[in-house]
Amino acid sequence: MMEKPLNENTEILDAPQAPKVSRFVQGFRLFNQNRMAIVGLVIFVIFFMTAVAGVVLTSGQDPVFNPALVRLQEKLLPPFSRPNLETLKAHEAPTLGIYVLGTDDLGRDVLARMLQGAWVSLTVGFVAVGIAVVVGIFMGGLAGYYGQGGVRYDQILAVLLLLSGIISFFIGWVRLGGGLFLVGILCFMLSLAAGYANKSHLVPTWLRKIAFSFDTLIMRMVDIMLCFPSFFLILTVVALLPASIYNIMIVIGLTSWMGTTRFVRAEFLSLREQDFVSAAKALGVSNFRIIFRHMMPNAIAPVLVSSTIGIATAILTEAGLSFLGFGVPPPYATWGNILSDGKRFIFDAPWLTFVPGVAILIVVLCFNLFGEGLKDALNPKLRQE
Amino acid sequence: MISFIGRSIVQKSITLFFVSVVSFLIIHLAPGEPSQVDPMNPKFTPEMVERFQKEFHLDEPLYVQYLYFYRDLFTGKIVSWKDNQSVLSKIWERFLNSLPLFIVGTLLTWTLSFPVGIRSAIHRGGIYDRSATFFSYFLISIPGFFFAYILIILVVRVLHVPVIGMETFGMGDAPWPNLFMDRIWHLLIPSVLGATGGIAVLSRYVRSQMLEVEGQDYVRTARAKGLPPDQVHYKHALRNALLPFVTMFGLILPGLIGGSVIIESIFSWPGMGRMAYEAILARDYPIILTVNFLSAVLVLVGTFISDMLYLAVDPRIRL
Amino acid sequence: MPSETPLLSTEDLKVYFYGRDKISRAVDGVSYHIYPGETVCLVGESGCGKTVSALSTLGLIPSPPGKIEGGRIVFKNRDILTLDDAAMQKIRGDQISMVFQEPLTSLNPVFTIGDQIGEAISTHEMIGQEALDARCIALLKDMGIPSPEQRLKDYPHQLSGGQRQRVMIAMALACNPDLIIADEPTTALDVTVQAQILNLIKSVQERDSMAVLYITHDLGVVSGIADRVYVMYAGLIVEEGDTRQVFGNAVHPYTRGLLASLPNRKKRGRRLHNIPGTVPNPAYKPEGCPFHPRCSYRVEDCKTVLPHMIDLDEGHRTRCPVMA
Repeated sequence: MMEKPLNENTEILDAPQAPKVSRFVQGFRLFNQNRMAIVGLVIFVIFFMTAVAGVVLTSGQDPVFNPALVRLQEKLLPPFSRPNLETLKAHEAPTLGIYVLGTDDLGRDVLARMLQGAWVSLTVGFVAVGIAVVVGIFMGGLAGYYGQGGVRYDQILAVLLLLSGIISFFIGWVRLGGGLFLVGILCFMLSLAAGYANKSHLVPTWLRKIAFSFDTLIMRMVDIMLCFPSFFLILTVVALLPASIYNIMIVIGLTSWMGTTRFVRAEFLSLREQDFVSAAKALGVSNFRIIFRHMMPNAIAPVLVSSTIGIATAILTEAGLSFLGFGVPPPYATWGNILSDGKRFIFDAPWLTFVPGVAILIVVLCFNLFGEGLKDALNPKLRQE
Repeated sequence: MISFIGRSIVQKSITLFFVSVVSFLIIHLAPGEPSQVDPMNPKFTPEMVERFQKEFHLDEPLYVQYLYFYRDLFTGKIVSWKDNQSVLSKIWERFLNSLPLFIVGTLLTWTLSFPVGIRSAIHRGGIYDRSATFFSYFLISIPGFFFAYILIILVVRVLHVPVIGMETFGMGDAPWPNLFMDRIWHLLIPSVLGATGGIAVLSRYVRSQMLEVEGQDYVRTARAKGLPPDQVHYKHALRNALLPFVTMFGLILPGLIGGSVIIESIFSWPGMGRMAYEAILARDYPIILTVNFLSAVLVLVGTFISDMLYLAVDPRIRL
Repeated sequence: MPSETPLLSTEDLKVYFYGRDKISRAVDGVSYHIYPGETVCLVGESGCGKTVSALSTLGLIPSPPGKIEGGRIVFKNRDILTLDDAAMQKIRGDQISMVFQEPLTSLNPVFTIGDQIGEAISTHEMIGQEALDARCIALLKDMGIPSPEQRLKDYPHQLSGGQRQRVMIAMALACNPDLIIADEPTTALDVTVQAQILNLIKSVQERDSMAVLYITHDLGVVSGIADRVYVMYAGLIVEEGDTRQVFGNAVHPYTRGLLASLPNRKKRGRRLHNIPGTVPNPAYKPEGCPFHPRCSYRVEDCKTVLPHMIDLDEGHRTRCPVMA
């Protein structure tokens, strides 16, 4: 049916192509479209640099801006007011010549305290979310990838026997305790052999059944944690523990891992079934490598988004805790602290509330915008190429 | 269907049990003694401390305390350590105070979020959408009490509306329409405050759901049939977009006990949130644990209701 | 070929999609016409613009990225591109209907079949509920769906793929339109079901003398049902004619390549022919003839000059000056 071509010209020319861009560049471009997200990112960078500068400028024996210097005679001065130089010693005068943001009820320079607080608030946010993300990824990954595996009945039996043996021993029933313990050791060995040395006939089938899978276990833990109203839980724990910045960070972190766990688990569950995982397994790639090199990058997207929003929430939570009196204790200044200290003077010295309030608002806003921008950029449905 | 309900109930009961254990442990393992029992507390003589400990079984091992606590809870005899009043009646009283706040707040949130979210989605990118988005972000990001204070200053200075507490002091004998209006005024700001955050979040979510549904094939089919835009948006698209929200409905329930500690503190509203807060400060374990338990019950019941609602509403899910 | 005026005449249609930094020229000057009662096939691979041109007929192109940049679509002597949405609503479903490719996602999952078919009717006619139900049942029966009375209350997910597509067709036929546009209606279905659906469309068409614009990439389907064929490539028509002409006497290298790629008994044991290269991205089309990078008959001019349509036989035209 095909005639001979007119010229023996069977070479294919290169058609013009769309420029090849990697996934990251695509995502980056999408992110750029969203102006608000860019604004968010810019503000975040400014905030970060301010925080770093703040730490540098306010720490040490003789800092450039002194946040802790009490000048009772200069208390409650509005922003941009001049210091009353006659009443001050030389080193007490404010660094820039005026109280840029005013003074608080102890005469401390609000600007200095804000600078110091920036770093602390940032740290609280990042560390808390860092903890939550690490726990969340671990739990979610375990549930998603190894979910089918679980704790077997014979393993439970072995552990119970061992424990009861030890307890009885220490209570005083020495012989019973010893006996239970020995039986426990025996069961333990049999379990190990059945599980890992492929000698499954050593343990009867009905005992080898899985009592509850890791997936169920972890999801139940998530359910339990979700039954506690989060702010209450944080408040309870923080109120009962000695006040410290580390406690606060850890508590906020340990009460917000549930969202990340769910995301990671969902991603892993869906990714696990996909062909590229089967292909990798068929090629003999180890489980560890599959998880970290292949599945994790896909699962990271929702985690990243929820982390940025999580940092915003952590900063707000810390402010809320400070308001109730359970925030980071002095001498650390945090923006939440400053805000809550100012509430007593809301009518007389409104700047004490406004300055940190607006600052928190801007920073949290920027994190939220950045997070939403990330979400759009990383959303596979919105990618057009 | 029955088996699903049965399994659900069993699972949730097990979760409830674990929640009770965990909360018990958290409270009791925290360092420090309840202030009533603190031997350091000068108000209490050693005899009183000892009597207190005996009465509340504080000298017994943890699991015994656990059993005593839950026995008391389920028989309604549980008693606050601070003032020896029945915990359940205290909770009930405060609950009734929190209830109007909760109802008005929830009503505001749900009735305002949907129109805003839907309109934003249908006119995506327009002025309405962009301003609504801006406000939503603003409201989500502002620290709660900061916003509260701004509102208070505005309202008190400009509108001269009473704000603190549930009712104005000394109004006892006024005719009831005045009393009623007074109550409404006092209720207004805290509810609005509570609602704004919720509206911001919920309307964004409504918007994103609507957008996702509007891009679906069946919406295109509806248009291709010649349906007018109203029918396309409000009949075909909306019905699908609302599906996840029906399930969220069940989850409002836990908010009953939540009550916002911060809002109640600012407005001196004698509600559940503040009671729980004061109990935490005073280490009044019975109250803390009871509130915790009730909150868990509400969460689980709420989840259960959500599941049932989802079954009822999505024809694709039939057991 | 009837010498009446065409029912639908698309003239030099251009539909572009505007992206961030590129313009996707999905439909770049396409003209075709359909006479009452005939079956016209629009053939081409994915990405050649056939669905976009069909959607433009009904005014269903999403407007922020997409824009109709030129041309006319004349339906019953009116340029429907100039009509506003309210006027188009009257045409959609009533005079021109469309059947889409994926029946599962094209039906609303939360409404019953009866509801959705009934809606198609009640939008355009005043009709009581009982009469409406009766019409729906009659339609379903026509489509060969067993126990139509029960089916009315079913939801889309309860039906099989073939049944769903029959429901879509029933919806499209509900108001006896003059033209049905079928966009790859059988691509998502099994081959046996495919044959049933094709027969169904054909029988309905004969009975009601409806025109059908059938969009597909499957040449086997085309040879079975089409009166006339338009072959599309990269947003342009490259060959048109009646079925006999195009299949028996294909001129354009693309058409010939497509036909040569069809497996048949005679080619058993030999390597299948394929057209080397890939379909161009609508945003980055080559200069000159869009097919030239892949064409074995290419000459120098092909790289720079976009050819016009050239008349060959009665009604048979092609866009290749080299082969004509």
